[in-house]
Amino acid sequence: MPVTRGFIGRRRPERPDRLPPGQYDAGTSWPTLTAEVTPHLDPQAWTIAVDGLVERPTTWSWDEAHALPQSTYLGDIHCVTTWSRLDMTFAGVSVDTLLEAAGPLPEAAYVMAHSTTGYTTNLPLEDVTGGKAWVAWEADGKPLTPDHGGPARLVVPHLYFWKSAKWVTRLELMARDQPGFWERNGYHDRGDPWLEQRYQGDP
Amino acid sequence: MSTPPTGGWTTGRIIEKDQPSERLVRLRLHVEDRVGHLPGQHYVVRLRAPDDYTAQRSYSVASDPDDPLLELAVELMPGGEVSGHLHDVAEIGDVLELRGPIGGYFVWEGEQRAICVGGGTGVVPFVSMQRYARRTGQDDRLNVVAVGRTGSQLPYFAELRRYGAFTALTRENLGDRVASPPYPDEVAPLVEKAEVAYVCGSPGFATYATRLLQESGMRADAIKVEQFGVTG
Repeated sequence: MPVTRGFIGRRRPERPDRLPPGQYDAGTSWPTLTAEVTPHLDPQAWTIAVDGLVERPTTWSWDEAHALPQSTYLGDIHCVTTWSRLDMTFAGVSVDTLLEAAGPLPEAAYVMAHSTTGYTTNLPLEDVTGGKAWVAWEADGKPLTPDHGGPARLVVPHLYFWKSAKWVTRLELMARDQPGFWERNGYHDRGDPWLEQRYQGDP
Repeated sequence: MSTPPTGGWTTGRIIEKDQPSERLVRLRLHVEDRVGHLPGQHYVVRLRAPDDYTAQRSYSVASDPDDPLLELAVELMPGGEVSGHLHDVAEIGDVLELRGPIGGYFVWEGEQRAICVGGGTGVVPFVSMQRYARRTGQDDRLNVVAVGRTGSQLPYFAELRRYGAFTALTRENLGDRVASPPYPDEVAPLVEKAEVAYVCGSPGFATYATRLLQESGMRADAIKVEQFGVTG
């Protein structure tokens, strides 16, 4: 592609190793992006379920989820709209812990994350296992606010952040991949920021 | 609804450029191998420096799908790397990298009666919808509520009004309407006719507008939201 006449670029990253191609460092701002009306959920009424192709479909209440071993992610997040935030902290429970309790069946290979709003997003099972995904209720030491997905959201930081479903309430294990909400609307099925898998048709 | 079209990377040449207000630039581009869009979809503009550094941002399309050119309206963001270039440096004849159309959720083709509430440059996708509705004779199926600080700051102010949008200005009086955001009783009659609602604007505006729509009787699950941050 040709160079844009007169464009020098002002935001060349100080830490290019941390920023995937086409991303910029948003600093301490945390933009929000949502396609639906932000729900205001009572944490005591919120539950998280793991079902579908599992041995023991299991649902945890807010208190039960908090009684599980807690897990924290320290690192970066990348939004498809091109901002990245470096060195964030998310605290909650590892998806590994939830899956261990539910016992995925051998044929389970994909996950559909469901939100209370009806939002969905699909992920390969291997992208949410092995310490790569969390159900989080805290960001940078504070409770997640509703606009950022509170009381709890999925956090899958190695993929574009639309995969990190806000207001997550259910992880459904599936044998075959199916497109979620944005994936039906032109976005990539996997969404690896380092490969710039933004839209359908990207590598 | 038909499957929304999605286009890959291409280039576009700036054929027309004007600045209707201090903070707004309107670009009309000839797009190579253009894939037709639906009203409400957006494009990505990518700028490339000599060392291959790139910066890209998404902008809603203002043009009717039938328009031979693609029209984008870009608000100048403080310190905006892409919007700053498009305002101050880009000239007629320049070639830009483009990708689009993108987004299959926030589109309107007339199959449902709609109310659209846009704030500031959030009105841009509704300009495309309104132009499309007018051309296809579906004006009565689309109601646009456009909110701006002043008439000169609200993009497409004159056109929106001419085509029947309800406009509310928050910082100056408009005829006998005192400066104020829209009131529920101004929006309720439009909500009554609508099966679906679209909201576009800043996060603060989106929060305000979704509350306004719900107070006016719109169901939350019938409201589609597109919000943009200050991302330059």
